[in-house]
Amino acid sequence: MHDHTTSTTEDDHVYLSLAGATPGPEGEGRWAYGTGFADPLLGVDTALPAGLDGADLAAYCQMLGDDALILAQRLIEWCTRAPELEEEVALANLGLDLLGQARLLLTRAGQADGSGRTEDDLAYWREEHEFRNVRLVETPNGDFAYSIARLLLFSTARGALYEALGSHPDPVLAAVAVRGVKELAYHREYATAWTLRLGDGTPYSAERMQAGLDAVWPLLEELFTAHPVELRAGVDPAQLREPVLRELAAVIAEAGLTVPDVPPLATVLGRAGRDGVHTEALGPLLAELQVLARAHPGATW
Amino acid sequence: MVTAEVAEAVPAQTPEDRFDAVIAAEQRIEPRDWMPDAYRATLIRQIAQHAHSEIIGMQPEGNWLTRAPSLRRKAILLAKAQDEAGHGLYLYAAAETLGVDRAELTEKLISGRQKYSSIFNYPTLTFADVGVIGWLVDGAAICNQVPLCRCSYGPYARAMVRICKEESFHQRQGYELLMTLMRGTDAQRRMVQDAVDRWWWPSLMMFGPSDAESPNTARSMAWRIKRHTNDELRQRFVDMTVPQAEHLGVTLPDPELSWNEERGGWDFGEPDWSELTRVIHGQGPCNAQRVDRRRAAHEDGAWVREAAVAYAAKRAAEQAAPAERPTPEQEN
Repeated sequence: MHDHTTSTTEDDHVYLSLAGATPGPEGEGRWAYGTGFADPLLGVDTALPAGLDGADLAAYCQMLGDDALILAQRLIEWCTRAPELEEEVALANLGLDLLGQARLLLTRAGQADGSGRTEDDLAYWREEHEFRNVRLVETPNGDFAYSIARLLLFSTARGALYEALGSHPDPVLAAVAVRGVKELAYHREYATAWTLRLGDGTPYSAERMQAGLDAVWPLLEELFTAHPVELRAGVDPAQLREPVLRELAAVIAEAGLTVPDVPPLATVLGRAGRDGVHTEALGPLLAELQVLARAHPGATW
Repeated sequence: MVTAEVAEAVPAQTPEDRFDAVIAAEQRIEPRDWMPDAYRATLIRQIAQHAHSEIIGMQPEGNWLTRAPSLRRKAILLAKAQDEAGHGLYLYAAAETLGVDRAELTEKLISGRQKYSSIFNYPTLTFADVGVIGWLVDGAAICNQVPLCRCSYGPYARAMVRICKEESFHQRQGYELLMTLMRGTDAQRRMVQDAVDRWWWPSLMMFGPSDAESPNTARSMAWRIKRHTNDELRQRFVDMTVPQAEHLGVTLPDPELSWNEERGGWDFGEPDWSELTRVIHGQGPCNAQRVDRRRAAHEDGAWVREAAVAYAAKRAAEQAAPAERPTPEQEN
């Protein structure tokens, strides 16, 4: 029962001589996807199926990949600032999922358009106006309630989109979507649980949660507004509008809060995130994300 | 149960005798077993400091999370920060088995009454620091922590088994980053050497003062909390690290470093203990910043934690008093 006595030789088992040791597959499974040393698309058929327009598929993958990358960056900003250690773990987990999706989608974009650009070429060397994420993911984190409200909207909408994309003719996009459905289901569960806790916690937390929902709500409509590329290469997001709004309304009602009645954020000459027209928040975010990579052109990390 | 088994083997009358017998038999003390107050206090202090170190240790590397120069490095670093938060959680849970709670320990951390490893009071100035922390700081932590997997206090020992496995991944990934940088540009190689220069001595100081200056070592060793002296562990770390540095192609910043054929180990110079003393006493480059960040997170999150408690209390009250809800019949 308590015979934990061990020999002193066990002391040395992790003093693996690193010199010359090549990282092997041992234990890679416990790492977040994509932190290992292998090709991120290993085992997936990456040939472009006939009938798919490569440029459109690439643009579409950039749109979804940029959404995931920029929101991951925002979640990462919570690291060491979360309200509780459990939230440190959970928010990092969500960030890792989104980062994993972004890496696959951007890699696919570079393959599909024939440019051969890597995930890092796309993440670090594009200009602000070339990013095609929706504006919802780029606004600053605000307080915990704002971040939760944003996560609730994004995860509900993105989960629904990934479900629809599971049967996409591109095997890579379909594979990302199939795995993403499970990840986003957890993100939605997490955001829902906190929406309920904050909405039905203390009077102050209810006030913050309502304020968070009110503040992100104007950015929701953009997720349902189709860009021509989305219509040609993916799923018309307008068809997600009704089921997503229904789900959100149910969570908000259960939390004892009110569905915000606020108009959508206006566009600029009809253009928004998908067209590369962003809020002022994206520039500083990218400046930070890209600064080191750009200081060392051509370097490998 | 430990005490019962041992009691059969070694007839003992007092709880203290039984405790001593368990220790002598290399078995584990468990939370409900009797233990001397000083043993409990020593463990609480040590485990709490260790937990605080994991949490504060997220900050120096977190400094590079938003700027990591590739998405793969960003994912690796984020996974590492997440592991550290997890380690903090296991360790606070281990401390809680000794009768303290996490909130109390957090309060002591942010009010400066409990310490964390002074290594985290140094700044991370380039991305190479991320690799060097993995290689040297995690390497030194592993040397310190592997013997703790056999610590006499069961919950701490068990937490350390998992933590050590993860730390060894972090060390390997740090080393792999440095190998990549050393194969890269001149600027990247300079970055690595500069980081090694800055982190080498603080890493050696992670093992604590020399044995002559470490009054608590003997008692902790007698209690089987500690297995090796500070100087033994430091020597082990140096012996392990020198060939790794050679393979990497960096110079360790110690002119006195030389192979001692006679004792089969590396001789090395004396760290600047006066600098460590200043850092321990709050004058390190980042002491105030690290604690301020932790305090801000704790205070900014207070309303969130209060909401979670209030929400849980409401749900518990509903569970306890279901009859207060009208039945459909009553509503009709």
